Amino acid sequence: MADLTIAHAETPREERPTHRLSAGALCALPVIGLLAIGFAAPLVAILGYSVATPRSFDVFRSFTLENFAALFDPTNTVWLSFLWSCGFALFTVALLAVIAYPIAYGLNRVFGRASAFISVLFVFPLFVSENVRLYGWVLFYIKNGVLDGTLKWLGLAGGPEVLYTPGITLFGMVYTYLPFMLFPMTLGLALVPRDLVDAARDLGAGRLFIWREIELPLAMPGILIGMLLTFVLAIGATAEAKILGGQSIIVISHDIEIAFTYSQNWPAGSALAVLVTFFIGALTLFALSKLDLDRMLGRR
Amino acid sequence: MTHRRTHALIWIWTLFVVAVVYLPIACGALASFNKSRYFGFPVKAYATDWWAKTLDSIEIGMIVRNSILIALLVTVLSVLIATFGALAFARYDWKGRRLYQKLIMLPIFFPQPVLGLAMLLGFSAVGIQTSWMTAVFAHLVWVVPVVTLVIAIQVYGFDPSLEEAAIDLGCSRLQVLREVTLPLLWPGIWSGMLFAFLLSWSNFPLSLYTAGADSTIPKWLYAKMVAGYTPMVPALGTLATLGAAALLLTGGLVGLMVRRRSAS
Repeated sequence: MADLTIAHAETPREERPTHRLSAGALCALPVIGLLAIGFAAPLVAILGYSVATPRSFDVFRSFTLENFAALFDPTNTVWLSFLWSCGFALFTVALLAVIAYPIAYGLNRVFGRASAFISVLFVFPLFVSENVRLYGWVLFYIKNGVLDGTLKWLGLAGGPEVLYTPGITLFGMVYTYLPFMLFPMTLGLALVPRDLVDAARDLGAGRLFIWREIELPLAMPGILIGMLLTFVLAIGATAEAKILGGQSIIVISHDIEIAFTYSQNWPAGSALAVLVTFFIGALTLFALSKLDLDRMLGRR
Repeated sequence: MTHRRTHALIWIWTLFVVAVVYLPIACGALASFNKSRYFGFPVKAYATDWWAKTLDSIEIGMIVRNSILIALLVTVLSVLIATFGALAFARYDWKGRRLYQKLIMLPIFFPQPVLGLAMLLGFSAVGIQTSWMTAVFAHLVWVVPVVTLVIAIQVYGFDPSLEEAAIDLGCSRLQVLREVTLPLLWPGIWSGMLFAFLLSWSNFPLSLYTAGADSTIPKWLYAKMVAGYTPMVPALGTLATLGAAALLLTGGLVGLMVRRRSAS
């Protein structure tokens, strides 16, 4: 892959100032600038607030570790929210892996020309606000809703009361994050060369063997990125627990929101946000360090 | 033959999941045509009253205009930034590229409610009043990385020697960009624009914290879901969904037509 600057260097008639950025760095500048102001700076603000005097707004003028100490205080039940969030996220990942794998396989191998259309069907819900979709489920499961009403109309006892339980929150997360598992997984499975599978089959390998020894390892980068994406998104999810779960379970992001809104304790909320950020950041960077993005997205 | 049976099972499973994915959207549409204020199934009487009320409402008209304005600005700005971002991501080999590729993923992975709160904190720390303009900025932070990835996929598929040929023939860097690079990247940029508009259009968590007193469609819907439900909620939700579908359909068809024409 030749670099533009190298091409330029070979034409000596061009006047070049000595410390000019390479073309790539120049192109990256606007994005880097945006993320520095819009992503990094707010995180610095959160860090600043997390060490400010509790229940105050003197950011960058006071320093205390009280907010963090309060989080680790045994009487604080915030760890319970964190545990719930982790549990929801783990189950979401496990369920989605099983749900999405056959579809990802189908998009690569079975659906042929219909693949593009089926992909669009799975992308489209991303463009419908999650509020709208989750509220649709409320209308489905609510007493006298679509499910309950249909069962009663059929002369049965009526639908189970699933709304406002932890189970329905999990269901909502699985529902919302399906595309984030499906598409990386599809990209991953596309990396499995078809000839390799055919060759193994010709040599007499069984289907389970081919799946375990060829498909799964070669598709692993895509599957991993899907799992990471869904895990991280599920850790930060609040809408499902609020709309479907009816706030019966307080998840970790909701705890952060409560600290900022109802309790007006920005420093406490910030300290919690800092911990969550470090947890998610470490996990993301660790997983990304194992992946070759060029290969995944299709550099030839 | 087991092969054929597996394929049939995969088809059935996929169609089942698609049906489940669209079930709540259909429930919302159904609820919006319910005559009485509270939803019950089977629907006793259908009416388009709530739709008429939704379309007539001045408040909702303002909110829809807000959403469109924000999404349009996000589209234009994000595509401008992300096209260059994608070239840096996939086209050029430069020193910081690997790191850059990873850093750009972080906002996508970051929980949006926390990101929204962090930005609210940042705005208040430097004394900026939040409004629809700060919401545009907040959307950009999340949309630009996504659009960069969308365009980058197109960039990977294009042949850099075409650019080099143009340079050898004496084009300036700007001419190369205008005459060679952009026309080749056009399909990716077009998908990027659709993504940008629709992701901003449907975004809730960022708008909630960074739009201040201004409201967008998802923000208004959430407020009414929590307190003050009327069938106008599913009506506006369905309207937003239909708008997104129409845009995606037109966008897809235009993209297809342009590709056909350039191929012939």
